[in-house]
Amino acid sequence: MTTEMDAEAAVKELRATFSSGKTRALEWRVSQLKALLKITEHHEEEIVQALRSDLNKPEFEAFVHEISAVSAACKFALKELHRWTKPEKVKTSITTFPSKAEIVSEPLGVVLVISAWNYPFLLALDPVVGAIAAGNVVVLKPSEIAPATSSVLAKLLGEYMDTSAVKVIEGAVPETTALLEQKWDKIFYTGNGKVGRIVLAAAAKHLTPVVLELGGKCPAVVDTNIELKVAARRIISGKWGCNSGQTCVSPDYILTTKEYAPKLINALTCELEKFYGKDPLQSNDLSAIVNSNHFDRLARLIDDEKVSDKIVYGGQRDKSNLKIAPTIMLDVPADSLIMSDEIFGPLLPILTVNKIEDSISEINAKARPLAAYVFTNDKKLKEEFIKNVSAGGMLVNDTTLHLTVSGLPFGGVGESGMGSYHGKFSFDAFSHKKAVLQRSFAGDLSARYPPYTSKKLKLLKALLKGDIIGIFRALFGW
Amino acid sequence: MEELHANLAELNRAFCCGKTRGVEWRKSQLRAIIRLITENEAQIFEALHQDLGKHPVEAYRDEIGIVKKSADHSLLHIEKWMAMKKDWLPLLLFPATGQVLPEPLGTVLIMGSWNFPISLALDPVIGAISAGNTVVLKPSELAPACSSFLHRIVPLYLDKEAIKVIPGGSEVAEKLLQHRWDKIFFTGSPRVARIIMSAAAKHLTPVTLELGGKCPVILHSFSGSDLQVAVKRIVGGKWGPCAGQACIGVDYVLVQQKDAPVLVELLKNYIKKFYGEKVEKLQNICRIVNQNHFDRVRNLLQDPSVSASIVYGGSVDCKNLMIEPTILVDPPLDSDIMTEEIFGPLLPIITLDKIEESIDFINERPKPLAIYAFTRCKRFKERIMQETSSGSVTFNDIMIQFLCDSLPFGGVGESGFGRYHGKYSFDTFSHEKAILQRSYFLELEPRYPPWNDFKLTFIKMAYNFNYIGLLLLLLRRMFHRGKAQ
Repeated sequence: MTTEMDAEAAVKELRATFSSGKTRALEWRVSQLKALLKITEHHEEEIVQALRSDLNKPEFEAFVHEISAVSAACKFALKELHRWTKPEKVKTSITTFPSKAEIVSEPLGVVLVISAWNYPFLLALDPVVGAIAAGNVVVLKPSEIAPATSSVLAKLLGEYMDTSAVKVIEGAVPETTALLEQKWDKIFYTGNGKVGRIVLAAAAKHLTPVVLELGGKCPAVVDTNIELKVAARRIISGKWGCNSGQTCVSPDYILTTKEYAPKLINALTCELEKFYGKDPLQSNDLSAIVNSNHFDRLARLIDDEKVSDKIVYGGQRDKSNLKIAPTIMLDVPADSLIMSDEIFGPLLPILTVNKIEDSISEINAKARPLAAYVFTNDKKLKEEFIKNVSAGGMLVNDTTLHLTVSGLPFGGVGESGMGSYHGKFSFDAFSHKKAVLQRSFAGDLSARYPPYTSKKLKLLKALLKGDIIGIFRALFGW
Repeated sequence: MEELHANLAELNRAFCCGKTRGVEWRKSQLRAIIRLITENEAQIFEALHQDLGKHPVEAYRDEIGIVKKSADHSLLHIEKWMAMKKDWLPLLLFPATGQVLPEPLGTVLIMGSWNFPISLALDPVIGAISAGNTVVLKPSELAPACSSFLHRIVPLYLDKEAIKVIPGGSEVAEKLLQHRWDKIFFTGSPRVARIIMSAAAKHLTPVTLELGGKCPVILHSFSGSDLQVAVKRIVGGKWGPCAGQACIGVDYVLVQQKDAPVLVELLKNYIKKFYGEKVEKLQNICRIVNQNHFDRVRNLLQDPSVSASIVYGGSVDCKNLMIEPTILVDPPLDSDIMTEEIFGPLLPIITLDKIEESIDFINERPKPLAIYAFTRCKRFKERIMQETSSGSVTFNDIMIQFLCDSLPFGGVGESGFGRYHGKYSFDTFSHEKAILQRSYFLELEPRYPPWNDFKLTFIKMAYNFNYIGLLLLLLRRMFHRGKAQ
């Protein structure tokens, strides 16, 4: 009951702030973005510590994937904001002549950001940057599964941000449920499809638009004509180098040919040893599994009897430290547990096909993933892949890097979600594009008004067609 | 139900075989739509007359013409829309290219509405086809003649394997909603929109909701010919399109108290001139769609305090489902007529002491699909634009924003979300796929573990795009290595 009242009170206060109009001012948006930037600059150590405590995330990953990414988003927004907020003039046609048309971006109002535990700092603040840039007031609900980062966020945002407009509400399922009962002007959720459905259903009651950033089984197709070593390193960096595979855009499985699979495995294991040593459980450069629930879930995937004889590398685990070694499996059956859901962990199945081109239909037989990767130097395969595979985004000859490009929209399609963000797309995700048309009093056409005649019909036909000669003919009765 | 399954399976096959992706297919279908409405103009006029008593000129202006214009516009621009867009990339990723490629979503469901049963059905279909989707169109059962026209004619012109019309009422809609669609596009009321969005949630289907709301007109003080033009446009915009049964039609007028009497007189003049007098003899105006809606609109006037505020009209013709253009001055603000969307030929005029109060008045209510303001004052225009929220704002005219292909059409808040028209229709039915292409040379060592301080410093500089710093760092490292050897 109290959580419900808390949620209600928070929304009420925020709505009052929004109504006052202060968050619309460019100065306010700039000041808040600068405050966020300050958090990333002055509290790096604190954030790194929190991420270590939640995920045992290596400092390097914490910095590259989370802190820097947030500060880069702030800086980009600060640099571009005056351009984004400017009304966009658009052309008008003869049909509405004389007139002037523009599209004005206005804030949506009170928005809710529900974030995830795997990049608990980045996935909380990256959307908040967009919400603030667009002039909204925000409630951020960080993930309770990364408690240390959640409390750091609550503390730092409380210190640095305008708390009448940006609030952090911590909590688990009851708190989230209470929040979802409120009326929001936008909900931005990062997580899984199951909760995504709950969020969408809750939003339906209030007709609230929703952005869902989900995941899916992201495939990586590996052709045979590539620079194997580079490809192997890039796969490793996107899989195990990204939070031990607990990343929505990590390669989930690999598709390659039967003949090439042994070579690929060889290259992967060789580079893995260089990166993480002979005993990866001892490596400090690998994140841990977030909690024992997820550890057990992943252990079940390994212990599934359908795959027990398919492990070709790794498989070691250490429950007390929640660590699982990079694990590669070859030719797991399609009905195994590991192939039925998103893996979200350090296990990498390799599936083989007879011809590399067959991998496209393999991918299309499954739900649409958030990202799809292909390693190839074959122009034709590349084109086929781009044209025929449907995914949120795709990357040729590398993994996960497309996220860092602020000019590219980041978001899913189908089961991997809806809506997109990053760069200007974040601003747009939290803006309403208001159409504004200005007419003068001149140019009032009697054909618009009754009593209707056949001459008027003729004129209208020409007018809607934008046919100037026709308009003259109709006007002068030719 | 089985027939539905078979239909959907066929659509799915058509999408998967890839034929709808080709630009030629899309263009041929758009041309077919133009042929469909041109060759069947008389039938469409007849169906609209049967369903709503719509006059052919009105029918052309609001339905056939709109569809034609939309299809022409798409045909002209489709190649440009389909083209891949390139993007600037940070030097650090060099060599690489970033692109955005629009791709069709798949099989989409379009649910039309009864007030513009042809245009609000076919206009979104144009968007869906332009973007390369396969389509199920469910026309509104409340405009039965148009619905059966579409059901009969569409298969004769469009690719039957990829575009299907499934007519029916709520039981058909319910069945359709149980399926997984790649997009649902709905035009109608917020009540039904909630049902649709809840159903869509089960399959994570994105939706576009084109709803309505109480669209206000703000009328600043005017005199002379400007006032004449303004009132003419209000009358044309209120009672012209489907007798006020339009989502962007005028719902009520806000005016300064002292200007109200002149406004009422002028409104009366133009009503008489355009539509005539006496409810039995009205011309050039639609009837109410059906008995239910007739009763609903009539009931809005039943409240004694509301009926006391009628200054013109108010009579009804039950036999022909006609309601006279009716003007009310200051009906109680808590009455149904001022809390619900009117969607009929009643026009309340709300008087204010100062016209600036209209901003608060609008902001106290749910966000409408459109705001209309007649004013010459630049500052007031600016305030309306900045301080209110609505799907669109039109200055000095009514409804004409609908014709402007370069403007997005769609609501916000209670008036819906998502947008269409022109390129926005194409976007609504497309997924913007981000594509980044890299090559194999120029590997940056600091991307890979094992991590050390050098790699961290490198990445920090890279994130700041500090290329000079990066160069110095690399040189220093080479120097140290050289010394060590």
